[in-house]
Amino acid sequence: MTKKRLTMSQKKGIMGVVFVSPWILGFIFLFAVPMIQSFYFSINNLKILPEGYTLQYEGLGNYIEALRVHPTFNRILAEAVGNMLVNVPLIIIFSLFSATLLNQKFKGRTLARAIFFLPVIIASRAITTVETGDYLKTVASSMGADMGGMFNVLKGFQLEETLINSGMNAKLVGYLTGSVNRIYQIVSSSGVQILIFLSGLQSISPSIYEASHIEGATRYEDFWKITFPMMSPLILTNTIYSIIDSFTNNEMTSLLNIIAFSNQDFSLSAAMAWIYFIIISIILIITTALISKKVFYLE
Amino acid sequence: MEKVINKLPLDKTLRRHINKNKMQDYLWKIVRTILIIGICFVIIYPILARLSLALRGKEDIFDTTIIWIPKHVTLDNFRVAAKLMDYFSAMKNTIIIAVTCTILQTLSCTIVGYGFARLKFKGSNLLFSLVIFTIVVPPQTIMIPSYLNYRFFDVFGLIELITGNKGVNLIDTFWPFIISSATATGLKNGLYIYIFRQTFRGLPKEIEEAAYVDGCSIFKTFYKIMLPNSNPSIVTVALFSFVWQWNDCFYVGQYLSKTKVLSTQLMGLPSAMNFIDGRNPIYDNILLNAGSLLVIAPLIIIYLFCQRYFVEGVERTGIVG
Repeated sequence: MTKKRLTMSQKKGIMGVVFVSPWILGFIFLFAVPMIQSFYFSINNLKILPEGYTLQYEGLGNYIEALRVHPTFNRILAEAVGNMLVNVPLIIIFSLFSATLLNQKFKGRTLARAIFFLPVIIASRAITTVETGDYLKTVASSMGADMGGMFNVLKGFQLEETLINSGMNAKLVGYLTGSVNRIYQIVSSSGVQILIFLSGLQSISPSIYEASHIEGATRYEDFWKITFPMMSPLILTNTIYSIIDSFTNNEMTSLLNIIAFSNQDFSLSAAMAWIYFIIISIILIITTALISKKVFYLE
Repeated sequence: MEKVINKLPLDKTLRRHINKNKMQDYLWKIVRTILIIGICFVIIYPILARLSLALRGKEDIFDTTIIWIPKHVTLDNFRVAAKLMDYFSAMKNTIIIAVTCTILQTLSCTIVGYGFARLKFKGSNLLFSLVIFTIVVPPQTIMIPSYLNYRFFDVFGLIELITGNKGVNLIDTFWPFIISSATATGLKNGLYIYIFRQTFRGLPKEIEEAAYVDGCSIFKTFYKIMLPNSNPSIVTVALFSFVWQWNDCFYVGQYLSKTKVLSTQLMGLPSAMNFIDGRNPIYDNILLNAGSLLVIAPLIIIYLFCQRYFVEGVERTGIVG
């Protein structure tokens, strides 16, 4: 009996399945099944007993409770979306700008890069929770302004008044001063984005810049006519990354945790998580559709 | 260069033009330096402020003349915070979790990423889009089922058949982390698979084909040829996974309730402070700062050593699509 010999691509295909199989297992048992279960829990009432758990059909009761009855869910959800809308554009602009700076040659570049990426290392959710938690707020207010305002050094209150007095649109002023107050938050959450932009900038061939210099382009024109279009696919990637990042670590996620593990209301938490997930997906689909129209691909 | 230009027989307008360009260059250099120093300051300031606060002795608390450098430098605050947080046993657990996760996740994600990049099979693109989908779904959506999954852990009902109990309780063990890391579905693993896929796709096909022609098997090609060529990505992913696992408090809070790890201990620090004498709000704040510094100190030390690989590494990782 002769063994049928496999072609190289068939062999590769089989090995491909073997290589990917750990992830397939994980995806099915630790992601897909829990995902379906989570939806099932959200339309039931789940009770955990020492020897297992029981389910009681509730229909859309949990969803209605989340949206209509729960005192803070709607507010926190709106805040999460609002914060995202303000922060993500700022993060993208800041990280593109910093990446362009860090890509130039100057003394101490390695040190500057090391410092710019430092927030990736020390961005600990635990620290921000401790710092922004209700506990510290009361501490800060009882401490007086000098030390309590340690992390709000860049307050723009006086600036805000001056600008409103000079007759600017109050909403615009609010956005501007709000962004000044957010500087630390923005700087500390754009480490990964700077990394992505930086590696993109290095992949632009220097001959394009040379050609444009011979044609007499200035540096300013270089940025808008070459760097920006070449970076546009990465702007899409980074926007999506920033949106997801801003949604995975905020007050909403702590609320979901508290409801599930402190109040033991697992079904309500599952329903809230689903509402949250659906809203994130809608936002992602809209932004992707809007940005990908403008994206420029070299090929 | 400057001397050469001065010696050249150029006319006045051209020389003026060159000088103007030089002026602009200097101006830009100054602006750039100010910007970079400013941003670096914004990043480092909180750490310095924390350090200055945490080093203050009890005598310095109400001394308003102190702005940066305390008069009575002391490490007592760190000692108290470490004691309240049970620092060393928590650090031991954190190190065990972070190191195991880093090794397992890097390993599983390279293998899966290579499978997606170079070993195409029917439906592999569809599966890869599911990888992207896992990045998008917030982990909170599947929080409760995965909790129950590990609370009553069972493999196809086999354990129930043998012991008669409904699964084993894996909460408060390290198994949830090991299982999810080994199957490349742990914390942010979708992102790592994506990074590795892009890296492997960026490597030239020729070296791989040369290995096949010389009689290398697919697996041997992978670990003898492709892995050594993707070192920068491996360092980046390993560092990311270590740091994020270290700082994570979501999965840790979900799967561990009695086992102490640093991030949850830090969050519990305010309530732990109820048991000490001589409390006042400023002293509490000092202790919190000392605690925060204790949690990030090991990370900063590690970063000092591998930032070189990291900063150079990312330039070649091909995170870029």
